[in-house]
Amino acid sequence: MIKLLIYAAIVLLIIAVAQLVRVFELASELKGEKSNEVTYKDHRNQGRMMFAFLIAFMLFFVWQVVKYKDAILPVAASVHGKDLDWLMWFNMGLITIVFVVINFLLFYFSYKYYSRPDSQATYLPHNNKLELIWTVVPAIVLAVIIILGLKMWNTITEPASKDAIVIQLYAKQFDWTARYAGKDSTLGHSNFKLIDGANALGIDTLDPHSMDDIVVHGELHIPVGRQVEFKINSRDVIHSAFMPHFRIQMNAVPGMTTSMHMTPSITTEEMRKRPEVIAQVKMINEIRAKKGEDPYEFNFLLLCNKICGASHSNMQMNVVVDTPEQYEAWLAKQKPFLAKK
Amino acid sequence: MDNHGHTEHALEHAHADHHHEESFITKYIFSMDHKVIARQFLITAVFMALVGMVMSTLFRLQLGWPGQKFWLIEFLLGDKWGKDGIVDPNMYLALVTIHGTIMVFFLLTGGLSGTFSNLLIPYQVGARDMASGFLNMLSFWFFFVSSVVMLSSLFIEGGPASAGWTVYPPLSALPQAIPGSGLGMTLWLVSITLFVISALLGGLNYIITIFNLRTKGMSMTRMPLTVWAFLVTAILGVLSFPVLVSAVVLLLMDRSFGTSFYLSDIYIGGQALEQSGGSPILYQHLFWFLGHPEVYIVLLPALGIASEVISTNARKPIFGYRAMIGSILAIGFLSFIVWGHHMFITGMNPFLGSVFVFTTLLIAIPSAVKAFNYITTLWKGNIKFTPAMLFAIGLVSTFVTGGVTGIILADSALDVPVHDTYFVVGHFHIVMGLSAVLGMFAGVYHWFPKLFLRHMNKKMGYLHFWLTFICAYGVFFPMHFLGLAGVPRRYYTNSAFPMFDHLVNINVMISTFAIIGALAQFIFVFNFFYSIFRGTKSEKNPWHGNTLEWTTPMAHTHGNWPGALPVVYRWPYDYSKPGKQLDYVPQTVPLEEGEVDGGGH
Repeated sequence: MIKLLIYAAIVLLIIAVAQLVRVFELASELKGEKSNEVTYKDHRNQGRMMFAFLIAFMLFFVWQVVKYKDAILPVAASVHGKDLDWLMWFNMGLITIVFVVINFLLFYFSYKYYSRPDSQATYLPHNNKLELIWTVVPAIVLAVIIILGLKMWNTITEPASKDAIVIQLYAKQFDWTARYAGKDSTLGHSNFKLIDGANALGIDTLDPHSMDDIVVHGELHIPVGRQVEFKINSRDVIHSAFMPHFRIQMNAVPGMTTSMHMTPSITTEEMRKRPEVIAQVKMINEIRAKKGEDPYEFNFLLLCNKICGASHSNMQMNVVVDTPEQYEAWLAKQKPFLAKK
Repeated sequence: MDNHGHTEHALEHAHADHHHEESFITKYIFSMDHKVIARQFLITAVFMALVGMVMSTLFRLQLGWPGQKFWLIEFLLGDKWGKDGIVDPNMYLALVTIHGTIMVFFLLTGGLSGTFSNLLIPYQVGARDMASGFLNMLSFWFFFVSSVVMLSSLFIEGGPASAGWTVYPPLSALPQAIPGSGLGMTLWLVSITLFVISALLGGLNYIITIFNLRTKGMSMTRMPLTVWAFLVTAILGVLSFPVLVSAVVLLLMDRSFGTSFYLSDIYIGGQALEQSGGSPILYQHLFWFLGHPEVYIVLLPALGIASEVISTNARKPIFGYRAMIGSILAIGFLSFIVWGHHMFITGMNPFLGSVFVFTTLLIAIPSAVKAFNYITTLWKGNIKFTPAMLFAIGLVSTFVTGGVTGIILADSALDVPVHDTYFVVGHFHIVMGLSAVLGMFAGVYHWFPKLFLRHMNKKMGYLHFWLTFICAYGVFFPMHFLGLAGVPRRYYTNSAFPMFDHLVNINVMISTFAIIGALAQFIFVFNFFYSIFRGTKSEKNPWHGNTLEWTTPMAHTHGNWPGALPVVYRWPYDYSKPGKQLDYVPQTVPLEEGEVDGGGH
């Protein structure tokens, strides 16, 4: 019944507005104006609006950059991440110039050349020289962008070094499991048909390489300064292993193994002591205190970044970067998967 | 000869109409007249767009104020999906999915091309109607049925498809993975198949009409840029949509008949599935082989409309007409060899990734040419600020603002930290969504006199533009900052864990702009329907345009021109040509002695 009343109210409102508009239009027709004819006054007003928008838009842009400069691209905690950030800011600088210049020209010309009673347009159908300039200049800039970008891409995607720590990241709805390859640096075979309650990864227990594999839930430990190679698998739908602080991301695709690698450059402890991180954590904790939630302590995270179902937004794993000593100590406490069995 | 036969026939037809009034059904429902079909497409698309927009409002409420109760959510979603005024997580994903599907396919492909290709191609090339009125009618009715099927999926038990608008398997293939992959997904696939049939029928018709039914004197290089854009759009659609059908059919078979095109090694719901040997990546290749040209299927008609509207209202020829044609063709060609940039981090071979980086960044060159040409067209113009002109200028701004961030995403290394984050959402909404929507609005305001013989209310038009434009930037610009901070897209809430809590203000701001922007669209909807019936009557050529549609009488008659077809003597951009009395010279005015056509002096 209430719904019906709401619909009725909406319909009545629409009719009322329609009648009102009609009254305005008739009134202006009585005054001898054509109510919908665009006049010089409109050209002037809208032209000025264009200019006002230009100013407001640029101010909005600057305000955002100032306000969020610490939040965007959080401290890169991997070796390649620093170079990648440099390249990102270089490209960002270039596109900011293009963005500002073109929007300026567009809105400024719109304002400057609004139609006046005595104005006339200049007949200018083409100009080969100008057109050549704005074909060639972007081409040169893009060549630079492409070369720098592909150099970086090659660094990211080159094969991992032989002595890298090999860790499997295993995704399922809606959590991550890690498996360390152990002393032999080789993951034992696994097969989805072997999955059962005790063997969530389907590890082939007959494969000798499986003997020293370590399965870890909840927290992933890696040592600072050593290359880590992640072998990524999924057992149900596509997930994506995304570690924003390390600037790495790779999809987890059922039926195939993907990989990515990086060398962490800052430990979790060191991160927690950095001023920008302290400031950010303080801000977060003020918000959390207001909502009555527990205080937060900084942690690196592994997130899922490919839509995977209802709890997609809550599929993450803490990543702890240790000093080499801490890491060895932690590793020594872990029991191989088969020993647990 | 054939050409003549057709026009003669159409002429007779036009005469016959004066004697026998058509019934309501043949005139307005199963009509074969391109003008009526254009209006049918437009009105259907406006309705679909409203549905898509309301959905975005619902999920923006959730993202801005996660966990808070909203009466509107319970009112619209009911007890099951919006219990106590909070969106259910599965429904959230469904809303995101259907919002994307509706906006990309139903509004910006069907709605934009369907409306303006149908309206403008016969008018602007000087034809009596489309090459095949019957196929054209079928095209609309397939579109309509496909819309109905899509909407019907909102009312079923498991809810509509909810695997994201790209519906990647295995998520979209397995009902065990998400409830929306049950019947909802089947309906989605059926709807899209019907949609593709509609797009193909329309596209073939547009191509044939442009190649065969141009009037005397209308050479390819005298065609308005709108028609060029529609032509390349149609070619892209005809070449790429069939690939989407193959992707969709294989997915249907995986879902319903136990095949394994996309599935392999899956353990879900407590059991190992039989399927083996398939690859989910195959689906992504097939999908994006359509998906990327699709971006330009959406964008090119809008750019075509902008070319026409900007040139007419700046009272200047479009700068670099031939360069504009060249860049449309270049963009069209390149769009077929860049699909891999959606897949840099799927485990695709890195070298293949490098190739896609190269081809993708090449697109920036023709795009830059277009942007500079628009700006030079405005330079030293005599700009008439009609509502359509405002939207066209807005389009150039969003095309550039959204386009430049594409340079980051096309660069595989830089894509890694921002892939699938809000950076991408901001980028494609601005460059593709906004540009195309603003272009569509520009088209509606500009050609409303041809569609409905009346004007839209000017003041409401201005108000609509500024609210839309400001709110649109307010929504999508800050998303870049979220993305750079690492916030993933398609998250039901960004506060399930504390990492992004300090960014919550951005989401509140975005949602506020989104709601104001959504409300502003009701100004348009009201203005649209009000003006259809009560708007002030338009004169024949209200914007003093050169193209052929403005030489037709202000009445909807079959065959468009009552007498013989017009003959074309010049290109369509003779605005403010020196030595002419008026600041426009319609295409039907013969060249004077010694006058050079096509921008020569």
